[in-house]
Amino acid sequence: MAELKRTPLYEEHKAAKAKLIDFGGWEMPVQYSGVIEEHQAVRKNAGLFDVSHMGEIDVRGKDALAFVQRIITNDASKLENGKILYSPMCYPNGGIVDDLLVYQHTPEHFLLVVNASNTAKDFAWMLEQVQNFQVTAENISDQYAQLALQGPQAEKILQGLTNVDLSTLTYYTFRYGEVDDIRCLISRTGYTGEDGFEIYVSPQSAQQLWRRILEVGSAKGIQPIGLGARDTLRFEARLPLYGNELGESITPLEAGLGIFVKLDKTDFIGRDALLKQKEQGVPRKLVGLEMIGRGIARSHYLLQKNGEEIGFVTSGSYSPTLDKNIALGLMRADLAVLGETLDVMIRGKAVQAKIIPSLFYKRG
Amino acid sequence: MNPVELKYNKEHEYAKIAGNIVTFGITDHAQESLGDVVFVELPEVGAAVTAGESYGTVESVKAVSDITASVSGKVVEVNTLVIDSPELLNSDPYGDGWLIKVEAEDLSPLDTLMTAAEYEEFVAEEEH
Repeated sequence: MAELKRTPLYEEHKAAKAKLIDFGGWEMPVQYSGVIEEHQAVRKNAGLFDVSHMGEIDVRGKDALAFVQRIITNDASKLENGKILYSPMCYPNGGIVDDLLVYQHTPEHFLLVVNASNTAKDFAWMLEQVQNFQVTAENISDQYAQLALQGPQAEKILQGLTNVDLSTLTYYTFRYGEVDDIRCLISRTGYTGEDGFEIYVSPQSAQQLWRRILEVGSAKGIQPIGLGARDTLRFEARLPLYGNELGESITPLEAGLGIFVKLDKTDFIGRDALLKQKEQGVPRKLVGLEMIGRGIARSHYLLQKNGEEIGFVTSGSYSPTLDKNIALGLMRADLAVLGETLDVMIRGKAVQAKIIPSLFYKRG
Repeated sequence: MNPVELKYNKEHEYAKIAGNIVTFGITDHAQESLGDVVFVELPEVGAAVTAGESYGTVESVKAVSDITASVSGKVVEVNTLVIDSPELLNSDPYGDGWLIKVEAEDLSPLDTLMTAAEYEEFVAEEEH
């Protein structure tokens, strides 16, 4: 087995007795105190995540904006310096290469933040597309550690450590500043459905920053959070996960990401296929499911209606916030009607579920 | 620690023997590795279970685990408490978190199980 990669915070996780797992080639903490307790800490107070495994790709050059526009489905021409855009990135057939965040430093300089397990694939894909543009793309993932501070107390905790006026740092914007005298890129983004920040910092300073945020946050109930709760948090907020809701054989229109596909902007990779799919009707739809029968629907379990296969579960779990067993499923669009029932096949047994709105959790 | 009066299998489950009635449950190490247990599926009273075969599942937030019978026989009691409160498997695996009681046809499969001391050694080895 290949050696697992470790983030600069590995020793912190070990010292905290976190349970470590192989996540896409990275040795990452899956839980510290327990998934449910960590999940509740983020919903009620605050949580700190090590997401240093995420990939960062730096794009510079005269054609940087045109290049970004070419590879993503959302419209980056609406961006301003210091603003962030979420977008799928597609293959010509409309299947999804990855979903990413686009940070605009200037129209000639962008930072693209991609999924850890897709970084190498994404970077290779970008290099294939770069040829017709005056652009350089560089994989600078090793130059960044990333911490996510999430939850209703996140702003108060971080404000105690920085001169940046966080009340003016609005959702999906970023700024450089000092946190505990460490130079950081502070981004008001996250993957939990809560308010919060993603903080990019040099690997050398990650440990100090991690410790200081936990110290300052302890009075406000902060906890370190593993990938287990990261998954249940994002799932309740219907934030898609590549490999589950998104993949090479799923289009963003099917995955419910139509608002991030701007078919009327300049041409982009996948546009023809997505336009055609939109005109002909999207064959599958991502729905929310609530279990009626006893059981938990898990990723890849099949969905049936009257014994006929109609789709599959993309993510499913016990929901700590709702105290219910819920799931997201990709299924035949013509049968995706709110309130209708279907069967989830659990270990050969049909267990009834109901189609419900898929945004299971929205912060109050 | 693991009670000395119980016997243990390699799937991190225990068997508690009282006459020919054997109580099944998962060990403290099992609950620790699984994390928060959120769902338990057990057979009905009267159902038959077979030694070495799965009789149900225990699911944590992240994982689905089969549970294995250590003797063959008929289910005489099911712990309905854990159906409604699966977290009992985490908080009290050897007490209120037991799973089912089986009337054993034959107690001899229990001879192949580990004692508490042997089980602890097994756990320590598995972690290396």
